[in-house]
Amino acid sequence: MTDALLATEDLTVRFGGHVAVDHVTCAFRPGEITAIVGPNGAGKTTYFNLISGQIPASEGRVLLAGEDIGGLSVAARTHRGIGRAFQLTNLFPGLSVLENVRLVIQSRRGMGFSLFSMADSHRELREAAEAVLARVRLADQASQKVAELSHGDQRKLEVALLIALEPRVYMFDEPTAGMAVDEAPVVLELIAGLAQDTGRTVLLVEHKMDVIARLADRIIVLHNGALAADGAPDEVIASDVVQEAYLGRAVQHG
Amino acid sequence: MSLGALISGDRPRSRLLAAALIAILIGLALAPFLFPGTRSVDTAARVCVFIVLVASYDLMLGYGGIVSFAHTMFFGMGAYGVALASVHLGRGFDALALGSLAGALAAALLAALIGLFSLRVRAIFFAMITLAVASAVAVLVSQLSALTGGEDGLSYRIPRALTAAAKYADGKVLGVRINGKLVNYYLVFTVSLILFMVLLRIVNSPFGRVLQAIRENDFRAEAIGYRVVAYRTAATCLSAVAAALAGATYAIWLRYVGPATTLNFEIMVDILLMVVIGGMGTMYGAVIGATLFVVAQNYLQTLLAAAGAALAPVPALPLLFNPDRWLLWLGVLFVLSVYFFPTGIVGRLRQRQ
Ligand SMILES: Nc1ncnc2c1ncn2[C@@H]1O[C@H](COP(=O)(O)OP(=O)(O)OP(=O)(O)O)[C@@H](O)[C@H]1O
Ligand SMILES: [Mg+2]
Repeated sequence: MTDALLATEDLTVRFGGHVAVDHVTCAFRPGEITAIVGPNGAGKTTYFNLISGQIPASEGRVLLAGEDIGGLSVAARTHRGIGRAFQLTNLFPGLSVLENVRLVIQSRRGMGFSLFSMADSHRELREAAEAVLARVRLADQASQKVAELSHGDQRKLEVALLIALEPRVYMFDEPTAGMAVDEAPVVLELIAGLAQDTGRTVLLVEHKMDVIARLADRIIVLHNGALAADGAPDEVIASDVVQEAYLGRAVQHG
Repeated sequence: MSLGALISGDRPRSRLLAAALIAILIGLALAPFLFPGTRSVDTAARVCVFIVLVASYDLMLGYGGIVSFAHTMFFGMGAYGVALASVHLGRGFDALALGSLAGALAAALLAALIGLFSLRVRAIFFAMITLAVASAVAVLVSQLSALTGGEDGLSYRIPRALTAAAKYADGKVLGVRINGKLVNYYLVFTVSLILFMVLLRIVNSPFGRVLQAIRENDFRAEAIGYRVVAYRTAATCLSAVAAALAGATYAIWLRYVGPATTLNFEIMVDILLMVVIGGMGTMYGAVIGATLFVVAQNYLQTLLAAAGAALAPVPALPLLFNPDRWLLWLGVLFVLSVYFFPTGIVGRLRQRQ
C-alpha cells in the first residue's frame, strides 16, 4: 500500500500481561476520514498513543509516508506531521485561550528558540491564532484564561489546538464528548473539512454512530486491542462484529 | 527605543507596583548620592547583584518550573572566574573580562551537562542532582585551597580606575567623592540593569512563552512539538550564565570571593525566599523581593538592637529583640508574607487592580 499516508504494521503494546493493542495492521490514505470505534477499554486511545509516540510500542512499526517513525520522540513526530487532540482535555490552563493557540502556531513555524524578540511583536502569529479561534467560535473568549473556560469551550479549544497545528495526520479522540449539543455540529463540520485538503488524513475516535455514518469514509473496529472489522460505514455498522462487540454492549446497558 | 520595548511589553499591571519599581530604580541609580556612606552603597550594590541573581533564578523556577539548588554554584563560578583571573593574570580590565567570560562559559557548560543528563528523567531528579553537584563543588572549593583559598577565599586587586584611589574630581559633588569606587558602583548598577532587561526580554520572548507552556503542561507542550528537555536545558543554561555574570559583577565590587559570599547554601535559601516573597514567574518579583530582603538583612540587626535597647526595662522582650535573633525575625517575616501573599507581593498587588 504505497499510497498510504499513515500505516501501522503489527503494532502492539503490552502492559504487564495485558495486551492493550494487539498486532494492529492498518493503513490510512490521504483525503479520508477513518472512524475508530470499539467499546470502552478496547485500546483506541492507546492505539493513538502508539502512533503519536506517548507510549513506546512493544512490537510493530508506525510508518508515516513510508518512513518508520517508531523511534522518534513525540515532538519529532509532531514536526513530521502527526497531530493529536486528547480525550481528556489537555491544555495550558494558566495561559489565555489565544496564547494556547498562538503557542501551537509558534511551534509549527519553528520559532520556539527565538530568545530576544518580543512574543507579542509577532503579529502574524497572533492573527493566525485568532483565525483558528474564529473557526471554532472561540474568538470572544480569546483573552480569557483557559482555567476559567466552561468545559464545553475547553473541548473546543482542544480541537482548536490540533487544527492550528495543521498536521498531515489529524487524530481526534472523542472530540465532541462534553460539548453542548448545538456546538458539536460546528466542530464536526470543521473536522469534515480537514480531510478535503489533499495530503491529509483524519482519524476519529467517536461513539455516536449517527455522527460516524455521516462523517466517516471508513470505519475500523477495535476489540480487545485487535482489529475486528474494517470497511465502509454502512457495511461495518451492519456487521455482526459491531452488533456484538460494540452496539450489543450498548443495547445491554440501556 | 520605546519604554514598552525596554521592558519588553511586560507592564507592571499595578500602579503601586509601578511606583515601587520606579522608586527602586531611582533609589539604586542615585544611591551614592541619596544614601552616602560605605555601608549603604555596599547594600545598594548587593541589591543590584541580587536582583539579577533572583531574576535569573525566577527564569528557571517561575517560568520554567524547574527546581534547582545549584544557583549559588553558578553565581560562585562567575565570582571565582574574576578572582582567579585577577590573581593569575594580575589586576586589569582584561582579567575582569576574561574571568567573567570564563566563569559564564563554565557555568553554561556545567548547566548543559546537568540538564541533558537529568532533565530528561524527572524534575525531582534534576533538583537532587543540582543539590549533589553544588555540594560537591562547595567541598571541592574548600578543599583545593591552593587554588581557591579554601574557606578563607581569595582577595585580589582590581584596576585602580575602579577603586577609591582613583580621583576623578577635586573635592565633592553633592557631598560625594567622585572616585573609582563611585565608577565601580555604576559599573555594578549598569551591568545589573542590562542583565535584568535581557532576562525580562527572554521571559517575554517566544522562548519564554514556551517555558510557561512547559510549566503549565509539559506533556501537551511536547505534543504540540516542543522538545521539553531541550527547552528546559536551554533555560537552565541561560539562567546559569546570568547568575555567573551577577557573580562576576559582585566579585568586581567586593574584591574578594569566598564560600560565604558566593557558594554558601544559605545564599541558596535566601534566593528561594526572595523569589517567593517577591512573586514567582513575574520577574518584577525579583526586584521587590531582592530589595526588601537585602535591605532587611542589612538593617534588621540594627533595627533590632534599637528595639532591644528601647525595651530594656521590660523583662524577656529584649531577649527576643536581640540582634542575633534577626534570622528568627526574617523567618517570621517570611511565614507572614507567604501566608498573606501566596502569589508573592507582585501577585498580590496585581490582584488589587
Ligand atoms: N499506561 C497504561 N498502563 C497500563 N494499562 C493501560 C495504560 N493505558 C491504557 N491501559 C489499558 O489498556 C486498555 C485500553 O485502554 P484505552 O484507554 O486505550 O481504551 P479506549 O478504547 O480508549 O477506551 P475508552 O472508550 O474508554 O476511551 C485498558 O484496559 C486500559 O486500562
Ligand atoms: Mg479512549
